[in-house]
Amino acid sequence: MQKKEYKTIKEIAGPLMLIENVENVCYNEIGEIILSNNEKRLCRVLEVDENKALVQLFESGFGINLKQSRVKFLGHSMQFNASREIIGRRFNGLGKPIDGLPEIIPEKSLEIDPITINPTQRSYPNEFIQTGVSAIDGLNTLVKGQKLPIFSASGLPHKNLAAQIARQATVLNKSENFAIVFAAIGITFEEADFFIKNFEKTNSINHSVMFINLANDPAIERIATPKMALTAAEYLAFTLNMTVLVILTDITNYADALREVSAAKKEIPSRRGYPGYMYTDFASLYERAGTIKNKKGSITMIPILTMPEDDKTHPIPDLTGYITEGQIILNRELLNKNINPPIDVLSSLSRLKDKGIGEGKTRKDHKDILNQLFSSYAIGKNARELVEILGEDSISKLDFKYLKFAEEFEKNFLNQGYHKNRTIEETLNIGWQLLKILPKSELKRIDYNILEEYYK
Amino acid sequence: MPLENLEKPTITKVAGPLVVAKNMKNTSLYDMVKVGKLGLIGEIIEIHQDKASIQVYEETSGVGPGEEVVLLNHPLSIELGPGLLGNIFDGIGRPLSFLAENYGERLKRGVEISSLNREKKYEFTPTVKVSEKLKKGAIIGFVNETKSVCHKIMLPPNLSGEILEIKEGKFTVKETIGTVKKEDGTILNLTLMQKFPVRKQRPFLKKLAPKFPLITGQRIIDSLFPIAKGGIAAVPGPFGSGKTIVQHQIAKWADADVIIYIGCGERGNEMTDILNEFPTIKDPKTNTNLMEKTVLIANTSDMPVAAREASIYTGITIAEYFRDMGLNVALIADSTSRWAEALREMSGRLQEMPGEEGYPAYLGSRLAEFYERAGRVITLNNKETSLTIIGAVSPPGGDISEPVSQATLRIVKVFWGLDSNLAYKRHFPAINWLKSYSLYWENIKEWFEENISKDWEVLRLKIINLLQDEAKLEEIVKLVGMNSITETEKLKLEVAKCIREDFLHQNAFHEIDCFSSLERQFMMMKMLICFFETAKEAISSSSTTVEEICDISVKEEIGRFKYVSNSNLKQEYEKILKKIKTEIFNLNKLKIE
Repeated sequence: MQKKEYKTIKEIAGPLMLIENVENVCYNEIGEIILSNNEKRLCRVLEVDENKALVQLFESGFGINLKQSRVKFLGHSMQFNASREIIGRRFNGLGKPIDGLPEIIPEKSLEIDPITINPTQRSYPNEFIQTGVSAIDGLNTLVKGQKLPIFSASGLPHKNLAAQIARQATVLNKSENFAIVFAAIGITFEEADFFIKNFEKTNSINHSVMFINLANDPAIERIATPKMALTAAEYLAFTLNMTVLVILTDITNYADALREVSAAKKEIPSRRGYPGYMYTDFASLYERAGTIKNKKGSITMIPILTMPEDDKTHPIPDLTGYITEGQIILNRELLNKNINPPIDVLSSLSRLKDKGIGEGKTRKDHKDILNQLFSSYAIGKNARELVEILGEDSISKLDFKYLKFAEEFEKNFLNQGYHKNRTIEETLNIGWQLLKILPKSELKRIDYNILEEYYK
Repeated sequence: MPLENLEKPTITKVAGPLVVAKNMKNTSLYDMVKVGKLGLIGEIIEIHQDKASIQVYEETSGVGPGEEVVLLNHPLSIELGPGLLGNIFDGIGRPLSFLAENYGERLKRGVEISSLNREKKYEFTPTVKVSEKLKKGAIIGFVNETKSVCHKIMLPPNLSGEILEIKEGKFTVKETIGTVKKEDGTILNLTLMQKFPVRKQRPFLKKLAPKFPLITGQRIIDSLFPIAKGGIAAVPGPFGSGKTIVQHQIAKWADADVIIYIGCGERGNEMTDILNEFPTIKDPKTNTNLMEKTVLIANTSDMPVAAREASIYTGITIAEYFRDMGLNVALIADSTSRWAEALREMSGRLQEMPGEEGYPAYLGSRLAEFYERAGRVITLNNKETSLTIIGAVSPPGGDISEPVSQATLRIVKVFWGLDSNLAYKRHFPAINWLKSYSLYWENIKEWFEENISKDWEVLRLKIINLLQDEAKLEEIVKLVGMNSITETEKLKLEVAKCIREDFLHQNAFHEIDCFSSLERQFMMMKMLICFFETAKEAISSSSTTVEEICDISVKEEIGRFKYVSNSNLKQEYEKILKKIKTEIFNLNKLKIE
């Protein structure tokens, strides 16, 4: 059926546009704006009231003219053309190829909006992924199907860590069809270039799909970018049975785009001007990670966000933390001490680690040593604070040992650099080596039998 | 266009979960409707002349003006009857496992499906006879639904009369099991199931003050901040502080007959975790698996927001139904903040004047209304029973000065404040012992004294005091160093450390430590206080130092007592008590000589 074209644009302001006298337009439908020079741009229906449709532009409003521009509604919501040919390709934030190669011939056009997974059909993620990074494998273990964000801040090396994980991540004792879906959301050219170069150098480019929205691309395009990437990831994981690692960087830019649209709609803002539904919106992205019963593929997600002013209670990291299954937090103090990667293990967390570690997964002592390392390092850091205030003489002999433990822990366990790939065995052995600094009676978090076997 | 068509209720506006329709004069507030071609389920939340605002419980993508609205003419209700237990429902009571069987691994929109299985037959045994006159809500028989729960079949709370006929045998939930003649002479069929609107409280005869503790097997909760059966508790905490684990632990081990767990705006995998784990855990009381006494309500964070608002009510109505059978019910809601945010979102779309932080002005009263449905009551059929509510709160940034936390704290009597600093040290449960409180202690004190020990209160107080002293002393040590405090004070610090690490710290994943019986809790408190008092005496009577005392081997044994198997408990306890005395005595003797 020929779609009707409307020349009744009544208002355009920022990312919003109002069209009158429309018929049969649906909420969330995609429209095409045709400029006088026949250039086409996309928009999405945010609200329809009788015969008026309020739409949100996905691209800049530059050159849209109330008299000459026309709008055509396409009868469906936003789609991504999926095919196995997308592997190795590069797209813009709206899913159009930008690598100079021909258009994708779609095997399937998929709507990019999420369709909730029935919670009874999820299978609980419990397969260990070895990232080769001790602070993650040993203490904040990543499992297949988990969503584990990196909380970074300006000037911290999250890109190095993310690239290291993408490069080194493997599922032990299994050969799997691995794919990386990378979404650049409003990051700079240099940062995107770092990832692309990195992927090219290690040949991971051949099994990755990239969606690139750079800092100078329209901000509102960003609202669609992660959804595009996740739709591609779902196709690879649940149709093509691949093990997919999704890296989304930077969620902060996504949230700012949300805020821009919300402000334009004059919605009542919640904290710091972000919309009240940001939690639900984030959840609709993050919850797309996971594993499904009777399906081989999986989506493991590593979103990266920068905390404004290193503040973990800022709405973006805060709401993320409530949805994701843990977080890896980077710390400026450690970076200044030249500890790389500067992962603050105490405030980091992996909620799914308990089912992914232990006998048959990593090693039977893993759970015990993990708890012990955490609590000993915490005590050691406390001792360090005391020394800073009162001087070394004022603390007990035992505290002194803890202090030494903390120092060595940072130097040997955390500081491994971005190019060392440690096996889980190596990581745990380093842990035992460090615990020898402390007397055996202090190791209360370790089961007696395990202690006897490993503390030598 | 024929006139008839003009009169049909039709959509005029769609904005996310809010839909406005015209020609809606023949409807009442809170009635259900089906929206558009897809038949999405919605509820009327505002009426202005012939226009009504509808909150739609499903994603409204693809819905537009001109589509029809079908009036269902009844409020949001839930089916109550055999088939609830062991099942998982979405926010408006649709069975998720049934949806999965029929529609695949992802949720489909516009599916209308009854909560209870229509085909399954249950063995019904009546307990009333023909011509018996029954009051409202009376028990007429039972179905042994699972091994752990005997499902009592009751008259609906608005129906009373004389039994004309009652059958025994196997029935589906819709088949007639008997008939009843009301006072006005009308005759009604009885079935195993009944329907009840979720936004209305189910009636009872009388409310009573709480008197018995809800035993959770979690030491910091039972010993220091206990909750009463029929009480209300809040667990606020920032992300990563272990809220969910505390909630899961209570769901697993609390001595309630039925557990209702509402996953309200939380992670999908958490529901999966419960679904996987509960069937494998043995309920210590009945020795059957936990799932047999559990009902799950899931509105995960990626499910539609409007249904989140309803999920809390669906859950509590089911809880009240089981309570009415005379069962003790515990309802766990994780998290009420997400429910409040759902309220805020709808309120914003209705363009209501916002209160604090954009939340609607009626936030406090809605919360109070919900929590007030808890309590120890006498039911319509004269049974004394209880409904306990434990609600998690997720304050942004962990700062409880925000509206949801504050509105909650005004209502609840137990506050388990989670502390991210404790969580960083991997001290779990990360309940802060200085900030938390329980106002039920006076109500349930007697029970502890009668059933566990007369010493319980004294020990509890001593433990609390030691922890408070520790906090003060640590301030001093931080300022002037360890050398400036006395030996007794040093001892206090050491013992407080033991209390924290050996007693309060509890490993939810350890097969023995995950549940501590009250007996074990009492023994541990007794040992710690015995150690403290014996050592204190030794220090004041001789030159024994704290360091020497801390080196004695029994201290480590106290620390490992939580892992001692249940069969050796008593033996080990007596051995340790004796050893504390002899070891410190020996040390002392050495000094005096």
